[in-house]
Amino acid sequence: MPAEDEKRSIHRLLVNRILQGPGRAPADQRARAFDNAKLPEALRPLLDKVATKPAQVTDADFARATAAGFTDDQLFEVVICAAVGQSTRQYQAGLAALAEAIAQTESE
Amino acid sequence: MRPRVLEHGYGIGPKLLFRLIRLVSGRPLPDAARLTFYRPDFYGTHAKQFTHEAMRGRSKWSVGDRELMAAYVSKLNDCPFCVGAHTATAARAYQDRERVAAVLTDLDSAPIQEGLRATLGMLGKLTGEGTLSAEDIRAVLSAGVSHQQIEDALAVNFAFNTTDRLANAFAFEVLSQEGCEAGAKYLLKRGYG
Repeated sequence: MPAEDEKRSIHRLLVNRILQGPGRAPADQRARAFDNAKLPEALRPLLDKVATKPAQVTDADFARATAAGFTDDQLFEVVICAAVGQSTRQYQAGLAALAEAIAQTESE
Repeated sequence: MRPRVLEHGYGIGPKLLFRLIRLVSGRPLPDAARLTFYRPDFYGTHAKQFTHEAMRGRSKWSVGDRELMAAYVSKLNDCPFCVGAHTATAARAYQDRERVAAVLTDLDSAPIQEGLRATLGMLGKLTGEGTLSAEDIRAVLSAGVSHQQIEDALAVNFAFNTTDRLANAFAFEVLSQEGCEAGAKYLLKRGYG
């Protein structure tokens, strides 16, 4: 396997951009959305669904966040962070399991 | 799409492009593509690069195999937009509608190679449970799948677990059968870049 898979490098750029680049939502809020942890009450139902049961997101989940003062642009960002966060956990878990399996094979 | 800014908040360039595409093709640009024009610097640019590399970059998996993985993961995520688009794209790539339908109906009995079956099973577990063990990986390796093929399949899984979530959260409008076929044709010709 090549030392660095091209897809992994693009993935890293994407994650760095959405978490640390400029945004309308504060960086700490984007990080919480990504981690699906310590979310404010108005965002939790929306973002937890994005991470764990995205088919169940409703207009009411967006309305609740909007009523609490979140703008559409902030919601665009935190929803993306929540989606990329969950998929990144899967990606990293898969790559870690792959690395472990390769190490086991090599030590046999 | 929701929130409203994803329906109306595009700049003049993208708005003209959307109108032109509708004029030339007779149908609106699918929401998955429209989304990448909204503040592309935040998400769209990198997301397109990643997806193109995962779906069309060099890999021992064929384009059809990768589109099938996309459709399969999207089915597990209950994402009608992506299931429609990528079922059509996989079927067109393989020139075999039945094979794709069989995988989406019952992976265990579908007429596909064991390596692809094991890989789809692995992606299903990762999508459903959020994690994998080394043992899960070894099962796929022993079905004849290479390390790099597993790496490549994990990238397809990342791309579609992300897109499925955005499609459902942002309420992408589900394409008609004709829309799916037109989209499939486009994705096989041009890819995701």
